[in-house]
Amino acid sequence: MNVRYTIDGVGTATEAGPGESLMDVLRRLGHTSVKNGCDRGDCGSCAVLVDGRAINACLVFAVQVNGAAIGTIEGLARGGELHPLQAAALDGSAIQCGFCTPGMLITALDLLSRNPEPDEAAVRTALSGSFCRCTGYVKPVEAILAAAAAMLERRS
Amino acid sequence: MKDKFQVVGTNEPKVDGRTLVTGKPVFAGDVDLPGMLHVALVTSPMAHARITRIDTSAAEALDGVACVLTHRNTPTTRYTTAGQGAPEPSPYDSRMFDTKVRFVGDRVAAVAADTPTIAAQAAALVEVEYEDLGPVLSMDAALAPGAPVIHDEQDALDIWDAPHNIASVVSAITGDVSAGFDESAVVVETTTETQYAQHAPLEPHVVLAHLDGEGRIILISSTQVPFHVRRIVARLLDLPIHRIRVIKPRLGGGFGAKQEVIVEDVAALIALRTGRPVRFEFTRAQEFISSRTRHPMRVRVKLGALSDGTIHAIEMDVISNTGAYGSHGLTVMSNTGSKTLPLYNKAPHVRFDGRAVYTTMPVAGAYRGYGGTQGCYPLETAMDEMAARLGIDPVELRVRNHIRAGETSPIFEELGEGRKGTPQIVTSCALDACIRVGVERFEWCRKRAEPRGNGPIRHGVGMSVHMQGSGIPLVDMAGASIAMNDDGSFNLLVGATDLGTGSDTILAQIAAEVLGVPVDRIVVTSSDTDLTPFDTGAYASSTTYVSGTAVERAARDVAGQIISVAASMLAADPETLRLADGRVVGDDGRSVDLAKIGFRSYYGPDPAQIAATASFVPESSPPPFMAAFAEVAVDTETGLITVVDYVAAVDCGTAINPRLAEGQMEGAIANGIGYALTEEMQFTSLGRVKNPDLARYKIPGSMDLPPIRVYLVESYEPTGPMGAKSIAEIGINGPLPAIANAVYHAVGVRLTHPPFTPEKVWRELNRQGAAR
Repeated sequence: MNVRYTIDGVGTATEAGPGESLMDVLRRLGHTSVKNGCDRGDCGSCAVLVDGRAINACLVFAVQVNGAAIGTIEGLARGGELHPLQAAALDGSAIQCGFCTPGMLITALDLLSRNPEPDEAAVRTALSGSFCRCTGYVKPVEAILAAAAAMLERRS
Repeated sequence: MKDKFQVVGTNEPKVDGRTLVTGKPVFAGDVDLPGMLHVALVTSPMAHARITRIDTSAAEALDGVACVLTHRNTPTTRYTTAGQGAPEPSPYDSRMFDTKVRFVGDRVAAVAADTPTIAAQAAALVEVEYEDLGPVLSMDAALAPGAPVIHDEQDALDIWDAPHNIASVVSAITGDVSAGFDESAVVVETTTETQYAQHAPLEPHVVLAHLDGEGRIILISSTQVPFHVRRIVARLLDLPIHRIRVIKPRLGGGFGAKQEVIVEDVAALIALRTGRPVRFEFTRAQEFISSRTRHPMRVRVKLGALSDGTIHAIEMDVISNTGAYGSHGLTVMSNTGSKTLPLYNKAPHVRFDGRAVYTTMPVAGAYRGYGGTQGCYPLETAMDEMAARLGIDPVELRVRNHIRAGETSPIFEELGEGRKGTPQIVTSCALDACIRVGVERFEWCRKRAEPRGNGPIRHGVGMSVHMQGSGIPLVDMAGASIAMNDDGSFNLLVGATDLGTGSDTILAQIAAEVLGVPVDRIVVTSSDTDLTPFDTGAYASSTTYVSGTAVERAARDVAGQIISVAASMLAADPETLRLADGRVVGDDGRSVDLAKIGFRSYYGPDPAQIAATASFVPESSPPPFMAAFAEVAVDTETGLITVVDYVAAVDCGTAINPRLAEGQMEGAIANGIGYALTEEMQFTSLGRVKNPDLARYKIPGSMDLPPIRVYLVESYEPTGPMGAKSIAEIGINGPLPAIANAVYHAVGVRLTHPPFTPEKVWRELNRQGAAR
């Protein structure tokens, strides 16, 4: 059937098959930052924002979220300026292979929208559905805490 | 030493970091070409069977199916998927598609169709009949008299003893071990048995194949070894090597699994047969079952010590389960000894024996640590036991016995990559300092002396020491090219394969250091067989040390060319000139901008390209060293082990990029903790993997890990680039022995069968009478 989304602020219409996941549709539309790590909701690499909340796009049928606002990390940098989360991940050496990074940053974005001053435990809890095999989570957790601090500073 | 560097030793952000944090389509699976086919694999449901009938007609008749490959229409060349340099040390015991299947998940057919859905539907329509040959699901079953012969084919090469299911053997001896044990005051023995574990990179194997206008095959592959892929696929498809181009895009992790050439051959052949682009990606389940695993091993270590605590004799016997094929069977087993035994070089009597055994189980291969992980566990457990028996602190026993700079071990020469090794003197070793730093930061003395508790929760601390290597001596070769641009920047071309480790960045830092420019003046292109010089690839902790030296050499050559141009521009003696801050600067204070030199090199007077290519073959493999410390809480009622604290202090030589080096350690430690506590592939009685997903095969999540504290203890490796050694692997070796030793300290029980799941630990506590 026909579905419409606003993806990273841009209106998009496409055909979605009855069994097609949101992840498959987004990737087909070229939003390949949405990574397929397991296709069954275990790894979190495909996390996207759906109306502001992070969800695993592989677990949602594309037609279920017809009309939703979808957010990926492709829309995060504004005018060439990295979002504080992206900047912190880059400057803090929090990225190794970068495959889990999109899902992890989207998950962090969701966390920070609800809890702008998380402690380490809150960040670790939020990331519990985002597997990373490269970093041991040490530097990603540091980066998210640094980004939270930078975002608070920017607001004040 | 560090002070003399400008760019080396700084935490440069990754050169590809901006690309990755903005989610650009840079992975192989992100590439979408018009008319692209998708591949579905038909795999064996039987552990050991002969294919008696295969009918693909229904699959081929399905609308949208372009091609079906089976043993009937594919090359029969025997090869190894190991992805090693030539001559390959693994037996040629595989075919693209064989008439026999040797594990549940073995390749039977591949179907290419317009969509993944059609491909999957067609795969289900391939009819196969099997004659059951009887599964062989353990090393003991494989070695039992009358066991089914797994490799009964006549055309395999270099199998040690096919009729007895032995893929490879290796042995090494120095001194007289039985005399050595007779002379010892204390003798201890430990046998450990490690499990099937999988790398679980977040990105499963994926390749895209298409033909260029001249009919050459272009492979964009998630591989650690682009040049080996090119050579191996060319041989399989009987094509000249130059008819294939392999491009390595960004990789979503590899950890050794992506050294294996297990998707490229199929995609290439389908592209050739159909003329259409092809994407072949593993599902997560296939990544577990049909990719590669760590070799499960049974290792027996016997140690003899003199009464003063000097280790006098060491024996290590290895039986390694290589699974259905012998990929890396010989070399992983060799490294089980060669990456552990030299650590205790005071022992004049050392014997190593190893056998790699075929079973009808998933195929083992290269995995970070590469046998060192399986070998250091019983060795360091035995050292812990020896310390207990001698009544000395485990730290002190290591300090008395470990190898030091300026020393050697006969094992370096006796045991190499499945053959004799290379004699080598350790030219840098800061293990003493690692132990000191670790003891201090971990607060070993205080924690070791603390009461272990009387309640159900018992506390304990354990430690272990480790070595690995930096590349394979006289085998690895890395090439690097640097060319100057007309704005004074440089293009750095390397065959080295960044699989997420950050090697593009640290290689750029090495070039930038020599050329006296910031990293952003170095444009890195890595791993494209059409563009970049050869490199054996990203394995064996080779890139920083081997590829880094090639880059340093090329950069020094280019620097010399720049200085000679500058000398004529400034009418100065080249000896008085040096590169710094983007300029050539003279002793007299005069200088010229590199941009001027670059422009002049293109447009004159006397234009000539400033460029150089250099290569490096290491004569030794300088080991990084590490001391690892773990604190655990053991719940004696439930068997749950909680790692409370973990410290690793590592000697990496010069840290080219300290945070990236820490990241290598932190990730490896996390993986090692998973290996110690939770990760295990489980099998049904017929050999089917029961848990081929990330929910049931438990890799550590963000809440499952203790604080991981890494300390880089720098030394200066005189043969390395800017004093550096490689540390991609060593970190993974620490958790298993350090945690096992901590558990012994807590409850007096030796754990020898990882992973240490609560159920297993509880049973062991009961068996050894330590449960509450």
